[in-house]
Amino acid sequence: MSTFRFAVHITPRRGILDPQGKAIADALHALGFAGVRDARMGKRIQLELDAPDAAQARAAVGDMCDRLLANPVTEDYHIAPLEST
Amino acid sequence: MKFGVVTFPGSNGDFDALHAVRDALGEEAIYLWHKSHDLEGCDVLVLPGGFSYGDYLRAGAIARFSPIMREVSEHARRGGPVLAICNGFQVSCEAGLLPGALLRNEGLKFVSAPVHVRVENADTLFTNRYREHEVLRLPVAHGEGRYVADDETLRRLDGEGRVAFRYVGADGVEGADANPNGSMHDIAGVVSEGGNVLGMMPHPERACDPALGPPDGLAIFRSMLERVAA
Repeated sequence: MSTFRFAVHITPRRGILDPQGKAIADALHALGFAGVRDARMGKRIQLELDAPDAAQARAAVGDMCDRLLANPVTEDYHIAPLEST
Repeated sequence: MKFGVVTFPGSNGDFDALHAVRDALGEEAIYLWHKSHDLEGCDVLVLPGGFSYGDYLRAGAIARFSPIMREVSEHARRGGPVLAICNGFQVSCEAGLLPGALLRNEGLKFVSAPVHVRVENADTLFTNRYREHEVLRLPVAHGEGRYVADDETLRRLDGEGRVAFRYVGADGVEGADANPNGSMHDIAGVVSEGGNVLGMMPHPERACDPALGPPDGLAIFRSMLERVAA
């Protein structure tokens, strides 16, 4: 067994109204960042888990996203491996 | 008829539901602890309002894995009535008992206020004691009540008469001002495909005692008596 680290990024699906992201974009415009076209507010979950190999660790994290971490109705997720500590 | 009110860690509407059933409706009601696997012979289950598990991750996302949810889902699959209020609605969507999801209010603020809803279908297990298009005044108290579903789901809900309640003004007409959270199609409550699970963000159990205002929510409980007992 080895230890693997991942960051799971969860964002509201395109087309779903994201009032927090909109408030952030509005604030950035107010600060003069006129080029900001859009902001989406999501969340990041950092996971550390033991698995026989990287592929199985990655597959387990995918299963976690499907079953708990992301809501399939409203959210998309992206899994990024992190350097092991 | 025996009602079981599920208490999750963080539930706060469980007593209100128990009080409504016992004292306003005059039926038997007990608490069911979320760690139990025993529905204790209850005919109707209530998933109450509150902040189960602190709304961590997403409202209702952790509570749906509580031990008792296995029995709640089986009860629903058998056609048993489930009244899912506020946080209970969120839990039911997460558990797949109802379609869609409930997201952060469009205005980003927690809304605690009386609202008006219109009965969109007066021929359900939960609404048969109302008149079609009757306007009710019920309290809401939520930060994540914006109902969201894909277009196909919304079409089906509308087409199959499964939108139970819609937010309207006091005059019974929809409008942006009448919708407290930005819910799609002004949806305040929906029923499951089998018609035996109702999820709604407003609190009917807090509108059952005339001492607290018009008891507009009581007919939901009475409607269940009518159908389940019959």
